[in-house]
Amino acid sequence: MPGKPKLVTVAGREIGVFNLNGEYFALANRCPHAGGPLCHGKIVPLVQSDGPGSYRLARHQEFLRCPWHGWEFDIRTGQSWCDPNSVKARPFAVTVESGEDLVKGPYVAETFPVLVEEDYLVVEV
Amino acid sequence: MQVPNGAIDCDLHPAMPPASALLRYLPDYWRDQFANRHIDRMGFQLTSYPPNAPLSARPDWRGPTGTPGGDLDLLRCEALDRFGTRLAICNPLHGAIALFNEDMAAALCAAVNDWVARELLDREPRLRASIVVPTHDPHAAVAEIERVAADQRFVQIMLLAMGDLMLGRRLYWPIYAAAERLQLPIGIHAGSTYQRAPTPAGWPSHKLEDYVAQSSAFENQLVSFVTEGVFQKFPTLKLVLSESGITWLPPLMWRTGKLWRGVRPEVPWLDRAPAEIIRAHVRLTLQPIDAPFGQPELLARTLEQLGSDEMLLFSTDFPHWHFDGDDVLPGGLSDALVRKLMIDNPLTTYPRLREGAVLRDNPAQREETVR
Amino acid sequence: MNITVRERTAAQRLTIVDCDIHPAFRTPAELHPFLPERWREHVKTFGEHVRHGLTGQLPYPRMMAAGMRVDSFPEQGPPGSDLDLMRRQHLDMNGVEVGMLMPLSRAGMEERNLDFAGALARAVNDWQLERWVGEEPRLRAGIVVPQEDAVFSVEEIERRADDARFVQILMSPRSSDPLGHRRYWPIYAAAERARRPIGLHVQGYSGGHASTGSGWPTYYMQEHYAMVGNMQAVMTSLIFEGVFARFPNLKIVLIEGGFAWVPALSWRMDKHWERMRKETPHVTRPPSEYVREHFYFTTQPIEEPENPRDLAAIMELIGYDRLMFSTDYPHWDFDDPHRAFKTQLTEEQRAQVFRDNAKALYAL
Repeated sequence: MPGKPKLVTVAGREIGVFNLNGEYFALANRCPHAGGPLCHGKIVPLVQSDGPGSYRLARHQEFLRCPWHGWEFDIRTGQSWCDPNSVKARPFAVTVESGEDLVKGPYVAETFPVLVEEDYLVVEV
Repeated sequence: MQVPNGAIDCDLHPAMPPASALLRYLPDYWRDQFANRHIDRMGFQLTSYPPNAPLSARPDWRGPTGTPGGDLDLLRCEALDRFGTRLAICNPLHGAIALFNEDMAAALCAAVNDWVARELLDREPRLRASIVVPTHDPHAAVAEIERVAADQRFVQIMLLAMGDLMLGRRLYWPIYAAAERLQLPIGIHAGSTYQRAPTPAGWPSHKLEDYVAQSSAFENQLVSFVTEGVFQKFPTLKLVLSESGITWLPPLMWRTGKLWRGVRPEVPWLDRAPAEIIRAHVRLTLQPIDAPFGQPELLARTLEQLGSDEMLLFSTDFPHWHFDGDDVLPGGLSDALVRKLMIDNPLTTYPRLREGAVLRDNPAQREETVR
Repeated sequence: MNITVRERTAAQRLTIVDCDIHPAFRTPAELHPFLPERWREHVKTFGEHVRHGLTGQLPYPRMMAAGMRVDSFPEQGPPGSDLDLMRRQHLDMNGVEVGMLMPLSRAGMEERNLDFAGALARAVNDWQLERWVGEEPRLRAGIVVPQEDAVFSVEEIERRADDARFVQILMSPRSSDPLGHRRYWPIYAAAERARRPIGLHVQGYSGGHASTGSGWPTYYMQEHYAMVGNMQAVMTSLIFEGVFARFPNLKIVLIEGGFAWVPALSWRMDKHWERMRKETPHVTRPPSEYVREHFYFTTQPIEEPENPRDLAAIMELIGYDRLMFSTDYPHWDFDDPHRAFKTQLTEEQRAQVFRDNAKALYAL
């Protein structure tokens, strides 16, 4: 559901699955900074600026603020905005598989029904 | 450790003239006012530096009647010749800036700057100076900067660490615009106009406490500059912290870095970690060294934590008493770092020091041009 | 093996003492029954009288959720107001053996009307007992005193001194005069008699001065940083006014002020005291010695240098015996005991910081 992640547990790990306009992304529910429940954080736009006193919102609904220390993470990549190179929330690849493929294929991933279509969300761990 | 020849001393304090000596530099009206109101008998002594206090001057750096810094001859001998200094930046600690009357402050600041030019810079070619400005009137300050900056021997704009308002605030930005335009660093120097209590909990009882509190003032002013986005607005501006101490800076870098990550949306113009901004724009003069003298590893660790060897600028802080004899340099510094802080870093920080200045080393040696 | 599970087990083996937990009122009216009638009327009619342009809110708005962890909101009431949630989410989860309460606001420390301030402080102290420590044996209270009224403060300390559930005396470090000032000495005398340390928690409300000695900040980012300068000023004042010469058994806990600044300030004080010590003849030893003997620091917000070894270096300089773990639950910059220290501590250091130092200081 857009706006709020779906929280699931896969192989003992809590994961939040996010729907950004029909694209799915999944992040570990654990902030790499200090272990906070990242996926419980607010989904926010990115605040940008052209200089002191200038404030602009961009990339609406694409960032997550950790509910503890407020660090901002790009939901698409798990990268921390303030320091992309050293702090990264652990992203998991998410693909949408059709129901028929799943029955036939060798997957062991846990799947969850999606309300809109007869497709499954598969989270690769 | 012996100071190699050719140092550039980025913070020293010639004795300030009595008000009567400034009269000739004042316009008619003020000359008249000063005489009639006996203002010309006032000392304009900053509370921050009581003349007879030990910190205000080393015993061998006082004139015959105890004046901190003595006269120009004493300064030449003790501050310049003694350390083989080739250039030195004077920070005039004059009480003009503590006056409330903005016009009087502006007039007196101008008189001080003119006195410095005539009585110090004209008479001693190794000297350079900071421009003293009436800070509480930014537009008057800009006018004074533009007037005085025509003289290339003025290399910096001096502000005090504790004033009425935080220096990073936008109302001061005309000063920084002028500074950037003229390629003059802003030098924040220790001291207070005492227009408000020097601590968040009020007025300490002792001068010693007030002096210790200066480092907190520098921290907050630095955070003000960074947070307000002064360096985003003025990307080539340099900020020099004079007589500030050094060892408090790495913890500030860590704390502001952690803070920034959490509060970034409040100040979204900050596009880099505060530590990076500070490394790029901020410099600190050497004295006083706030690390224990006998433990060079502690200072070494601080320098490593700063993450840059370009931040320190040599200074004696003459005549303030921070070291004895010739022990101006702390132990444990590599030759390369000594050269950087004594020569390279000052030259990079103060472009005006580079422009075709003619230097004179110790009397026995030849003249040499700074490149 | 799952890392989360292993660390949680480790934390449970070692129970901790949390030196900074913030209880809150469910509604402002929750305090009223603890106030005498006269003040119940007063609070409804006139309300608090603080040194700010706004009442009921801080002039520097906090970040997300008014400065609280987003996951700490109970069904009803603000974060920190629900004991059950505090138990589940924090005391039980994190193995808290003992937690020190820090009631922050409307406790009188910032109140200009001193009669009202006294009533508030007394009420908050009663409230701590009835709503918190009376219900939850793991919690301890602090004797909140309105420090600007030394006479009342001494009375309140003496009133509570025999109740072991009060483990320290709480004052505001953002006072009207620096806390070393002799006006406050009767409070230190009472603290020494009562054998309680003085706990100084950073404050959002001013005691009459700007947040810094150079003026008011513009942004919350600066205001947060300004807390460091407040703590530095308190330390400097207590030492140079000779408080410890006069009260040699007094202990001071600086709470939520960080600690990485301590070595640099110690060195600075030492250096300038050497030069100027004639001004303060009652300070007979280097200031850093008084720091070592009289000051304790809670760990939150934990410092995060780029290189974790720098944190270890700072802690060694201060002494592992002077640091006391705290979470600041339920505030946003909460430190999780499992994760907060990115540097390796030995078993002994961990035991000291997470438990033993506090147990010794607070006589738990």
